[in-house]
Amino acid sequence: MSQNGAKPLIAVEELVVRYPVLRGLTGTITRRPQQHVHAVEGVSFTVARGELVALVGESGCGKTTTAQAVLRLVEPVSGRIDFDGTDITRLQARALRPLRRRMQMIYQDPYESLDPRLKVRAAVEEPLLIHGIGGSKAQRRERVSDALSRVELNPPELFLERYPHELSGGQRQRVAIAASIVLQPDLLVADEPVSMLDVSVRAGILNVLDRLREGGLGILMITHDLSTAARFADRIAVMYLGRIVEEGPAQSVVHNPQHPYTKALLSVVPRRDPRERSRPEILSGEAPDAVRIPPGCRFHPRCPIAIADCRQVDPALEPAGAGGGHRAACIRV
Amino acid sequence: MSELLRVEDLQVWFDLEGKRELHAVQGVGFSLEPGERLGLVGESGCGKTTTVLGLLGLLPPSASVAGRVLLNGVDILAGGEETMRPHRWVDLAIVFQGAMNALNPVKTVGSQIVEVLELHEHGRGRDAWRKTGELLESVGIPADRSTRFPHEFSGGMRQRAAIAMALACNPSVLIADEPTTALDVMVQAQILELLDSLCRDFGLALLLVTHDLPVVAELCDRAAVMYAGEIVEHGPVDSLYHDPKHPYTRLLFAATPDLYGEGMPASIPGAPPRLDLPLAGCPFHTRCDRAFVRCKDERPPLRDLGEGRSAACHLNDVVAEVV
Repeated sequence: MSQNGAKPLIAVEELVVRYPVLRGLTGTITRRPQQHVHAVEGVSFTVARGELVALVGESGCGKTTTAQAVLRLVEPVSGRIDFDGTDITRLQARALRPLRRRMQMIYQDPYESLDPRLKVRAAVEEPLLIHGIGGSKAQRRERVSDALSRVELNPPELFLERYPHELSGGQRQRVAIAASIVLQPDLLVADEPVSMLDVSVRAGILNVLDRLREGGLGILMITHDLSTAARFADRIAVMYLGRIVEEGPAQSVVHNPQHPYTKALLSVVPRRDPRERSRPEILSGEAPDAVRIPPGCRFHPRCPIAIADCRQVDPALEPAGAGGGHRAACIRV
Repeated sequence: MSELLRVEDLQVWFDLEGKRELHAVQGVGFSLEPGERLGLVGESGCGKTTTVLGLLGLLPPSASVAGRVLLNGVDILAGGEETMRPHRWVDLAIVFQGAMNALNPVKTVGSQIVEVLELHEHGRGRDAWRKTGELLESVGIPADRSTRFPHEFSGGMRQRAAIAMALACNPSVLIADEPTTALDVMVQAQILELLDSLCRDFGLALLLVTHDLPVVAELCDRAAVMYAGEIVEHGPVDSLYHDPKHPYTRLLFAATPDLYGEGMPASIPGAPPRLDLPLAGCPFHTRCDRAFVRCKDERPPLRDLGEGRSAACHLNDVVAEVV
C-alpha cells in the first residue's frame, strides 16, 4: 500500500524467480540433481503513481531480474504481481498486450538500445505504430514532438531528422526515454539509466525522470549508485542475494540505516568533499553465488554483527528505524 | 621531497583522414613525488587516457607525441622507444583500463605473472614462482591461488591480479586507468584500500586516472582536472572542492550527486568542443556560466595561483584586479 492509502500502481508479493543451471549431457545422463540460480527469493514491494522507487544492490543481487519479472519479461516461479489492481502474474500474451503499452523500460546503454538506422522521428514513432495507436500521421507527429519536448530535446524539429550517431550519449538516452513515454505509460522501469553517461549530463537525464515522476509516472529505477538513489528516489529498497534486506523512505534509509549490509554499503560510498572521507566498513570478499544460498540469514557469513542464531533464522522484513514504512530484515535490529 | 616524475608540456596529435589532425593533448604537465597520489580527472574524450599512454610511449603510430617526461630528472621521452623501454614497467607501470578483463583465459594467473618476471629478467623458474606468490600476497590474494585460472577469480580478485602484474618489476610509479570503474562499491572500496596501502607502505607514487570525482576525493592528495585536452585546474583535492578556481571544476562537483548532499545535482549544458578544429578562446566558454567577452577570443593559460594551485581561467585575473 502506498502512503496515502490509494491502490499502488505495482504491487509485488513474495516474488520468486529461479534460473536452471545447465547440467550438460553428462549431468543429464547421470541424473545429477537440477540446480537453480536463486535470482529472486521472495521479494515484495510497491510502486505508487508519481513515486520513484530505487532498487539498489551489488551485481548479481537480483535487481534486474526483479524488474524484468515485473514487466513479465521473465516468468516467476511463484509470487504475485498486480499492475493497477489487475493480477498479471499468469496473464497470457494476448491479455497482457494492452497492459504492456502502459509499462515501459529504458536501458543502461543508449548506444545499444537505439536502432542505428532509424532517425529520431522513426524511433520515437515506432511504439505508436506497433500498438496501432496515435491516430493519423499528423497526430502521431504531434505526439512524437510532444515526447521529445518532454525529454527536453528542444526544439524537437532540430532532432527529428537526425540519426543516433549524430547525437551525444545524453541526447540518445533522452530519445530512448521519449520512445518509452510516447505511449503515455503509467510505469517506467529504468535499468541503470545514467551509468554509461558522463557526470556532466547525468543530472539532466535524472531531472527529466524526476519531472516525469512529478507528472504522475511511477518509476522503478535499478541502480548500484547509492548517491543517485539518495538524491532522486522517494523510496529505496536494498537487495542482497535475491532478497530485499531493507526498504523505506530514501532519506530514512540513507540517514538511519538499520541493516548491517546497508550500513556497510553506505559507509564505502566515496564522498565529493575530501574532508568527509568515509570511514569505510569494508566487508571482505564478495557476495556468494546465488546457487548456494547460505542457510539462515543469507548475509550472515559476511555480517560484522552475526550471532549464532543468524545461522538458523531467515529473518523477514519487519518495521524498523523511525517508522514511516521503514523495514529491515535482521534479527539484531 | 625529491621529484620522481615530471611531465612537461605534453602534446599529442592524431592523424586523421585528409591531412587533418586532432589535437588530443594540449600541453599537459604535472609532477609526482614518492608516495604521492595524484588524480587525473575528466569526462570521456578529455584526453586523460591519451595523456598516460602518450607519456609511456604506448600510442599507435598515427599519433605524434611531443614534450618531456622526466624520470628522476632525465628525459625518457626524447629518445623514443630506446630511452623509454628500459623504464616502462620497471619504473613506470600501468594498470590499463579493463585490465582485469584482459587476463589470458587459458593460462593460470600465476603463470601470466611469471611470464612478466621472466621477460624482464626479474627471476626464472622456481624463483619467479616464489616472487609471484609474494606479489599476489602483497595485493591480498593468497599465494596458493596462483595456479587458478582467471575465470575462477571474482572481478575484484582479477583486478588485484592485474595490479600485482603491474607491480612485477617493482616500479616507483603506478598509473591506474579507471581501476574501479566496472566494480561494485564494496569491491571498489577494497581496491581503493589496496592502492592506499601500496602508496603508504611502499612509497609507490600513484597516478589515478578516472572520471569519478568522489573516488579522487577519497584517495588522492592532489588532482588535475582535464577538459578538452588540457589541464584547466590543478591543486590539492580539498581546495578543488571547497574553493574551485575554474568554473568547470565547480560545475563538475555540482553535477556529482552526493550521499548526504543537499539539493539536486545540476547538469552542465552543451558539449566539449571538437579537437580536430582550431579552438578560439577558452575551450569551456560555450558551457561556462560566467563567461565574458574576453573568454571568446583569448585562450586562458594555466596560471600559477600559489599554494600549489593553478587554473586556466580569466576570472582569476579579474578578481585579482578588483582586489
